Amino acid sequence: MSPKPRAPKRRGFKLPLPVPPVPPNLLPPPPPPGTQRGRPHTPLEHAAEAGKSAVDWIDERTSLSGAARWAMFRKVPKGTNWFYTLGSATMFAFLSQAVTGVFLAMYYRPDASGGAYESIRYISTSVFLGNFVRGMHRWGATVMVVLVFLHMARTFVFGAYKYPRELNWVIGVVLLILTMVMGFTGYLLPFDERSYWATVVGVNINGTGPIIGPYLSDFLRGGPEFNATTLSRFYAIHMLILPGAIAALIGAHLYLVMKLGTSAPPWLKAKSDEPELIEEAA
Amino acid sequence: MAPARRPTKSKYTLDRGIPGAFEGETVTRRRFMTGTVHGAGMLMAAGFTIPALGFALGPVFKNVTLGWQTVGVPDDFPDNNYVPIVIVTSPGIGEAGKSTIYMRKRDPSVDKQPLTQYNRWVAITSRCSHLGCSVLWVEASERFICPCHGSVFDAEGVRVSGPAPRPLDRFYTRLLNGLVQVGPRYSVNTELRAFSPRDPGEPLDGLGQYLYPSRPTVRKLPGHV
Repeated sequence: MSPKPRAPKRRGFKLPLPVPPVPPNLLPPPPPPGTQRGRPHTPLEHAAEAGKSAVDWIDERTSLSGAARWAMFRKVPKGTNWFYTLGSATMFAFLSQAVTGVFLAMYYRPDASGGAYESIRYISTSVFLGNFVRGMHRWGATVMVVLVFLHMARTFVFGAYKYPRELNWVIGVVLLILTMVMGFTGYLLPFDERSYWATVVGVNINGTGPIIGPYLSDFLRGGPEFNATTLSRFYAIHMLILPGAIAALIGAHLYLVMKLGTSAPPWLKAKSDEPELIEEAA
Repeated sequence: MAPARRPTKSKYTLDRGIPGAFEGETVTRRRFMTGTVHGAGMLMAAGFTIPALGFALGPVFKNVTLGWQTVGVPDDFPDNNYVPIVIVTSPGIGEAGKSTIYMRKRDPSVDKQPLTQYNRWVAITSRCSHLGCSVLWVEASERFICPCHGSVFDAEGVRVSGPAPRPLDRFYTRLLNGLVQVGPRYSVNTELRAFSPRDPGEPLDGLGQYLYPSRPTVRKLPGHV
């Protein structure tokens, strides 16, 4: 037995009567500023009013609210699910790397004659929360690479790289490569035995590219052998060049996502372009 | 052919009735000013981009030479076994700039290259010619063995097995005032022919010497490819 349909509640219902045209001097006076419904504002309402007027002040001069609405209140297709959050997860991994990296740079010293290793040792053993922040940066790097690949797999398996989103796939591949270079250059910075030899081997793998490879190795090392400037080169690439490039490309990536919208999962049937035939009522 | 939608304009400013036009003028002032501003902008951008790029790329073209390093006296080196010696390959960075080499006296029954003043001692690098890990001289088996990817080299430094593409690099040696000195590194192919120093991973047999040319950072040694 199905429940009885209830009548809609009528409480507070008002008939929308048109307001009769009243001359302005007959209208009730507006409430004085700083009051609401005839009583003075509470401190909380004051704070809310201040916030509103500050936002209004900015919006009047920038029209940012339109852009924010365009960016955030988008239509998403039916069937959108948790797999669609992998891109945002990757971006937050990058943001975490950026923030922890900035603070690690306050203690790190790119000095190949022992200072780099000492500064890392100092971060790990003496700085308050140093081991924790360094651990976040170190493990976060792995997490970011894993998330990039999961995001890429989602895009591939869902066919989300197809027209008109091919350019976004290309930008994503560049971001993948930059993430890898980030990992390679960051691996040297602790400057212990493992990072030194890993970099020697990595640079020599670069050198096995025909014709251009040997010159690329010289560029990476800043000379024919691993030398005093190699570490600072890697450091500059790791903390200045790559983060800027990655942030700019993430911006382009996100702009295209907002512009084109996300794709529906492949198991949803596409709506036919043919107009449906509707039998005309007799 | 379809007729042009718009009447084609003359290229002369005079014909187009532009105020201030004169005989034979084709570039309008607007176009000239636009070009000038674009050109000035590019000039200014080039003014800081080109020096910055040169600054980053400079080391690729800078020749780095290390002098001769004294490693001992002639009696330190037997002709039937290698002696490990630590030399500086990159000055100014302490331990990270040091490298081990293996040295012995030349043995005419094994070393068939013609004797010169630079090969009276055989000095072989410990950098594996595969990817640059440190090879170890194992006396019992008379082999150099790399721990990373398992390349094995015989007592001459020639590859026996593993992924290494060429023999181990060597160093020039000389005798000066009764002291044995080690000089520049050079690479060899399987026939032990000398080449300018190459990085690990670069073969020198056949086409390899052309695919992996010597670089400006390490001087082309006289008489070497």
